[in-house]
This record gives sequence, structure tokens and C-alpha cells, in this order.
Amino acid sequence: MSFNLLVLTCLAYVALLFAVASLAERSAEDGRAGWLRSPLVYTLSLSVYCTAWTFYGAVGYAARSGLEFMTIYLGPTLVFVGWWVVLRKLVRIGRENRVTSIADFISSRYGKSNLLGVIVTLLCISAGTPYIALQLQSIAQSFTVFVTDIDSAPVAGDRTLIALWVAMGLAFFTIVFGTRNLDANEQHHGVVTAIALEAVVKLVALLAVGVFVVWGVADGPADMLARIDAQALPEWQIQPGRWTGLILLSAIAIITLPRMFQVLVVENVNDKHLATASWAFPTYMFAISLFVLPIAAIGMELMPAGANPDMFVMTLPLALGRDDLALLAFLGGFSAATSMVIVASLALATMVSNHIVVPLWLRLRTAQGQDTGDMRLLVLNVRRLSISIVLGLGYLYYTLSGGSEALAAIGLIAFVGVAQILPALLGALFWRGASRTGAALGLVAGAAIWAYTLLLPSFGAGIILPAHVMADGLLGLPWLRPYSLFGLTTLDPLLHALFWSLLVNALAFCLGSFLSFPSPIERVQGALFVNIYDRPGLARSWSRPMAQAEDLLSMAQRIIGVKSAQGFFQAQAAAQGKAGFLPDITPEFLEALELKLAGSVGAATAHAMIAQSAGTAVVSVEDLMAVASETAQIMEYSSQLEAQSEELSRTARKLREANDKLRKLSVQKDAFLSQISHELRTPMTSIRAFSEILMEADGLSAEEQAHFAEVIHDESIRLTRLLDDLLDLSVLEHGQVQLDVAPANLRKLIDQAITSSKSVQAQRHFRILRSRDDEEVMITTDGGRLTQVFINILSNARKYCTSETPEMHIQVRRAQDLIEIDFTDNGSGIPTASQSLIFEKFSRLTDSLQAGGAGLGLAICREIMQNLGGDIIYVPGQGGASFRVSFPRVLSLPAPRKDAAE
Amino acid sequence: MVQKRILVIEDEPNISEAIRFILTRNGWQVEVEADGLAALSRLRADPPDALILDLMLPDMDGFEVLRNLRADAPTRDLPVLMLTAKGQSADRDLAARLGVTRFMTKPFANAEVVSALQDMVGP
Repeated sequence: MSFNLLVLTCLAYVALLFAVASLAERSAEDGRAGWLRSPLVYTLSLSVYCTAWTFYGAVGYAARSGLEFMTIYLGPTLVFVGWWVVLRKLVRIGRENRVTSIADFISSRYGKSNLLGVIVTLLCISAGTPYIALQLQSIAQSFTVFVTDIDSAPVAGDRTLIALWVAMGLAFFTIVFGTRNLDANEQHHGVVTAIALEAVVKLVALLAVGVFVVWGVADGPADMLARIDAQALPEWQIQPGRWTGLILLSAIAIITLPRMFQVLVVENVNDKHLATASWAFPTYMFAISLFVLPIAAIGMELMPAGANPDMFVMTLPLALGRDDLALLAFLGGFSAATSMVIVASLALATMVSNHIVVPLWLRLRTAQGQDTGDMRLLVLNVRRLSISIVLGLGYLYYTLSGGSEALAAIGLIAFVGVAQILPALLGALFWRGASRTGAALGLVAGAAIWAYTLLLPSFGAGIILPAHVMADGLLGLPWLRPYSLFGLTTLDPLLHALFWSLLVNALAFCLGSFLSFPSPIERVQGALFVNIYDRPGLARSWSRPMAQAEDLLSMAQRIIGVKSAQGFFQAQAAAQGKAGFLPDITPEFLEALELKLAGSVGAATAHAMIAQSAGTAVVSVEDLMAVASETAQIMEYSSQLEAQSEELSRTARKLREANDKLRKLSVQKDAFLSQISHELRTPMTSIRAFSEILMEADGLSAEEQAHFAEVIHDESIRLTRLLDDLLDLSVLEHGQVQLDVAPANLRKLIDQAITSSKSVQAQRHFRILRSRDDEEVMITTDGGRLTQVFINILSNARKYCTSETPEMHIQVRRAQDLIEIDFTDNGSGIPTASQSLIFEKFSRLTDSLQAGGAGLGLAICREIMQNLGGDIIYVPGQGGASFRVSFPRVLSLPAPRKDAAE
Repeated sequence: MVQKRILVIEDEPNISEAIRFILTRNGWQVEVEADGLAALSRLRADPPDALILDLMLPDMDGFEVLRNLRADAPTRDLPVLMLTAKGQSADRDLAARLGVTRFMTKPFANAEVVSALQDMVGP
């Protein structure tokens, strides 16, 4: 085919792409972008993964190494099928934060750090430039292969010149469709649609050549398989280690390649599209790799020895006289190369402009005290310039490297380069503790090892790395040899570089994250990213109004355009319930504005610009930290207040309880006199009545006289006992009691108490359960008083125990120098409401007839026990009434009274 | 002449014994009940001519018994002599409000009780 015809074909094809892209852009602008937003277009745009390397290189790869080329598809397939969750999270975070590139993603996650943005940008440029060069090379190469009239058109033989033209043409296309507008989402419907079309072209082209080879050249699949076997080389043997490494590498690359991030995350309009892509994209990759091995095998069989297998897709149909198929293949390869270059340069240019040029320019202008001028035009022009620079670098690399490398090698080197982003990326998604320092350390360390062990040596010994370094290691140290770092000689250079760079990268990342303390904004961003799904709203990064709405509007107009900015401000004002263009400067509004601007210039830059408009210093991370620490102080203060209010409510509760008790006691105190009156008057009434009867004395029998006298006698004794009790209590209460402290055997005291209490309701048989061994304790206390307490408890039990077969269980425990005795009967116990009152004076629960006392017994017991340095309490929930008497084994005088100060 | 029946509600056995002796000697028929609640049903079934009522009783105190009596038609006008050992004026007021016939504090003079009952039911 003549050179002119070929150029014409290419131009026609490019014109078609322009038309499709324009149509898509216009549809999107008119809001008729429905079909553009289909999952199918999204999936097809992902095929930007399949570059010229896939199209031409895979066949060459298959010819050289058999099925190994499949690893490049298996990795992404595994990711799309198995790591769907990771992709979804990545896409969700990217969209919600309006991330513009993978550099922006990393920068945004680690505290909107522009340093990280710069590192990732530089890494991507160094990995991406050779890759772009590779595409230019393949297009140039395919041109020279296809053109038959090289002699009449000398220019066709000059690959460098062709590469230059191609680079310029692609730059033009990318600038036209990649920088048409600086809209919020950094989405390029025109580009994506064109890429989707190219995806179809390259798939159809490869399938067509494949079908021709299997059914046109070979005699169907069976014959084909036989011919493949016939061509099999020893190198085709599967190497498990290399396979694992390559699958891992391509799996990482599908996430970390800048162009993949662009189509996967930035251009994504709906994360549900991933659900379709998760099966459709692997299917696409399966289809495009289906005929690679057949084409390679037939090419090796039919083409002359020494023919470049990388070009078999085109040269094989040409050799067999199928120029139409060859042209289709050419267009397929052209599609593969151009789509990659367009998306890659777009992604890289976004990074360069957002992370390097604009921040630099902003800083310079601010330093000079100048107004920032029309940012919109500036950003667009920077973007345009960056695209040209990126493609220029690619072209430069192409001319420098001489274009002689096997295609696959360059692709894999780039893969290992961008794989260095993985630790920081995964950390961003899943590890809140990951810090900026860690990410920076990991990236730099990984990139350095990658450059030293893979990128620089790839130029060949003596080009950049001196030959002696390659052979003997840096500074003559053998363990610093680029291809066998630290003495690791068993791996091939690619896996060797992958292993060491990722290992050191991940270690540095983890170590750096563990050892550094993330700044507040890092922690905020970390939480936002890691917990993307359970986020109710946006974080409050801006906590106080700092800028005038008017200033912000004029700034926004400069960045996103007058119409768009005014529309945004008007909508925000309307949302706040205000008319006009100037909303209140709320933190929510600033957050929304920052997000809007971030869509155009990246998170770090947008943040810096709002800070600038707000009149603060260049970058407001410090300001944010101040705000954050202010917040922390407020939180601390409020937690103190909370603690104080808890303390208050605790005190209030105590007071309330004390008050309740006082009120109860007061009621009892009121009742006290009335009680004493009643207790004294009751026996007196009997005494007076019977003495009057006896005084009148007429007609009384002797028995009657004796009986009445006996009643008077008994009631007098009752009266005396009551007075004794009252006096006793008074003495005990006021601590004036004389204690008779002496050594005594506890068992004997209990024996004595049991015997004494038997006179109470003597007709009842009371079973006493006790362990005399436990009771064998020598104590030093007032034995008489202690026995008085025991008798009281035992007598109460005899009086009140409701059981038909009453029992009393006495358990003695010794805890160091404290004796505890539980007296538990099997009756119905004391009602909960009364338990707190039983130790109070006159708190008799039943009638006086049954009790036969004034209700002072337990009050006296409590006073006695406190005088003995111990206590008596009621133990609830023991089945029956249960009293626990506790006291020190040896009482030291003076007895410590708990309420001595009262 | 029909013997007058007097019911005594008193939980102190010695005191009720003394009252029974005094009133019996005076020619009245005396019944004793120690429990307010039990006494109430007995009062309703067969109202006596007069009632001597202690204030401090188990289960149901004297005030409550009195309140019930006054709310019931057959016992609305029953003469009641209330005795109390507590001797607080507030109790006397409350008893008056509830419609007690006589109120006396313990210890009492036997002659006083007899004369009070004679006022209430006649000789």
C-alpha cells in the first residue's frame, strides 16, 4: 500500500474518532449522555489496558515464551473477579472526593499532601514516558512495515519522523478533547467514547486475523492445535515462579497504572458499572487473547526466519496477500497505541499541572504579592502544556532509546514502576494508621530500588549505569549489583526488581506509619477514605468562616468559569434559603466549594487556594491543624464538663438518698416520742387498771388477786427492761460504754447465746446447724456484749421465723483478722422495703404482743457491733432472714467508732 | 332488762383482761377482739351496743376501723370509746373528725371508763 494512502486512511480514522468524540461531548453538554453512561462504554474504555504491546507485542511474546503472555491478562482478571470489593471502594472514594488522578488520590488521602502528589507524579512520569515511547515506536514500526513504496516516499522509512508526527497528532487530539473544559468531575465523555470505539476496532481486528489464521490458513482448531505443538520451543515451558510474579505484577498494574486509574476511577460515573465490568472486562481480555498463540505459531511456521514476531499480526496477512486484513490489523494496532497515549498523557498531564506546575506558579505569584489572575485559563493552558511535555518526553525517550527493545520489556518495566504505588494505595483504602511519612518513605524507597535494579539497567550497561557498576555493584560492593541485590541471584531481573522494590517499599511504608504520628487532617482524611461506606456526610475540614463570599466567587470564576461558578454559588445560596449569588460562608459551603474546585485542580491545590482566598498563609494545613487542636481542646473541655456534671449528678444522687433517709429518720424521730410514750403507757395501763381493781378489792377471789398481782409484777419488769434498753442504747450511741475486753472462745459464746435464747417461745423446736470446728476461734473482745447480739438475733429468729420446721444456720468465716458470722434462718425473710429500716429504733415490723419488745433490739445490736469495731448487716436473698455479724478478732482499745465525730 | 353488749378491740392481753373484768363487774356483756380486721366483720354481722377501740392495732389501726364503721349504715351511729397510749393531740383531732364518741388516753382510771360507757349506752 502506498504511503499516501496509508496516511490518508489514518487521517480518515482519526477524523472518525474526532467526530465520535465531538458527538459525545455535545450529547453530554446537552444532557443527553444516557448512552455514554452505560456500563458497556465504561467496560470498553477499560480496554485502554490493552495497548499496542497487547496488540503487537503479545504475539511476539507468545512466539518467544509461549503462554506466558497470558499472565498479563490473568492478573487483571483476578482483580476484576476477585478484588471487586477493592475496586468498588476505590471508585467510590475517588468519585466522592472528586479525585483527578492517582497522584491526587494518594495526596488527598495522606493529608492533602502535595509532596506525595509530586512523588507519585514523578514516579508515574518516569514509568509512563517509556511506555508512551513504546506506543510511538509501534506505530512507526507498523507504518514502515506496511508501506510498500518506501523508495518513492523516503519519509516512510524515517521512523523517527513518523513518531514525531504521530506524537504531535495525538497531542493535538488530547488537547482538544482533554482540555475542552475544566469541569468539575474531570470527566471527558468525548475521550472515553472514542476510546470505547477504539476498543471495538482493536478487538475486531485481532479476532479477524485470528479467524483467518485458524480457518483460512490452518484447517480449523484441530489442525491449529497440532501446528502450535509443532512450533513449541523449549522456552515455552511454563515457569511457575515467573508466572506467579507476572500475574501479581499485572494485577497490581491494573489498579496503579495512571491511565487505568483515569478510566477506572476518574471517568467512572456510577460505581454500579463495576458490577458489569467485573465480568465483561475479563471477557474482553479473554477474547483479545484468544488467537494470540495461533497467530504466533502460524507466523513462526510461515514467515521467513528473522522476521520480527512483534509484527506478525500485520505481516502475516500481508505475506498471504490479504491486504484488507492487514489494513484492519494496522488500524487495530493504531487504535491500541493511540488510545493508550491519549489516556496516559491526559492522566499524566493532569498530575503534572495539578501537583507541580499550578502549586509552583501559585507560590511564585503569592511570593511576589500578585493577584492570581484568571486561573481558569491558566489551568487549561498548563494542562495543554503538560500534555505536550508528556508526549514530548515520550518522543524524546523513543529517539534516545533507539526503539530497538523488544516491546514487552518496556511494558513490564513500567508495570514494576507504577506497582510502587500499591502499598500506599492499599493503606489508603484499609489502614487508618497509614501516615504521610510512611507513604512518602515507601514510595521513594520503592522507586529508588526500581530505578536502580530495573529502569536504569534497561538502557543497557554503560548508557546510564556504568558497566562496572552493572558487573561489580555500586562502589565495587558485590551485594549492590543491580541484578542481584543483597546477593539474590536466583531471580530474573524483573522478578528480582519486583521483589526487592515492593518488599522495601512495604516495609518502609509500615515502619514509617508506625513511627510517625499523623497530623489531624491526615487522620480526618484517613477516616474518610477507610470508612467511605459508613460516612453520613462530609467531614468538616473548615470550621470557621474566614473568607468573604464575594472573594470566593471571584476565585471560583477564575477556576471553573463564570457561568459554572455563578451557578454553583446560586445553588448553594438557594440551598441555604438565600436569594442571589452569595451564600453564607458555612463550613459546609467551603467544603462543597473545595470539592468543586478539587475536581478541576486537585485536592491539595484547591485546599491551598481556598486557604489563600481566605486570607491565610499559602497552604492551610497548619491552619487546619490549629483548628483541629482547637477542636481537640474543646472536646477535652467538654469531656471535663461532662465528668463534672457526672460528679454533680452523683453528688445529687447521694444527697437525694441522704435526704430520703433523713426524711424517713425524721418521721421516725417524730414517731420516737410517741413510740416511747406508747411503750411506757402500755404496761402502765395494765398496772394502773389492775391496781385499781385490787384497791377496790370487794368480791375478788384469792386466785384473782394473785393473778392480778402477777400481771402488775410482769408489766413492771417489762417497763424496767424497756428503760434499761433505752439507757443501754443511749450509752452505746454516745460512746460512753465500758467494754469488758478479754480473750474468749467464740464457740462457747455461741453455745451460751443458743442456750439463753431457748427461753423465747420455748415450745418451738428450733434446729441449729453449725460447724463447731469453724467456731473454734480465740477472740479478744467484749464477750458479754457479743453474746447479747447473738441472743438478739437468735431470739428474733425464734419469734419471727415463719417456717413450720424452723432452722438456723450459723456459719463462721475468718478473713485474716476479721471474723464474719452469718445467721440465716429458713423463714420468709424481711421485705426489701423494710431492710433499710430494721436497724433503726422502734422499727418493729410486727405487733408488740408477738415481739415482746420495744423494737430496740437490732438498734442496740448495731450499736454494740460498732463499739466492737465491727458491724451487723442484713444480707438479702439468702432464702430466709440472714444477718451477718463481723468484727475484728482482736479488739484494740480505744474502739474505733465509725461515727465518733457525730 | 336486756344486758348491754360491749365489744373491746385491744391487742394487749393484759389490758383487755382488765377492761373485761371492770365492765363485767358493772353488768355489761363483754366480747374481746385483738385484731381490727377480724373485729370489723364481727361488728357488721352483729353490732354491739358500744365499742371500746384501741388505736395501735396490728393489720388495721383504730382510725381505719372507725372510718369503716362510719361509712357503714348499721354501725354509723355506734358509740365508740377510743383508747390510745400515744397521747398525741393530732390523734385526738383526727379521731374527732372521724366521728369518735369519746377519746381517752392510757393509762385510764377504771371509773372513768365505766362512766363514759354509761353516758354512751345507759346503765
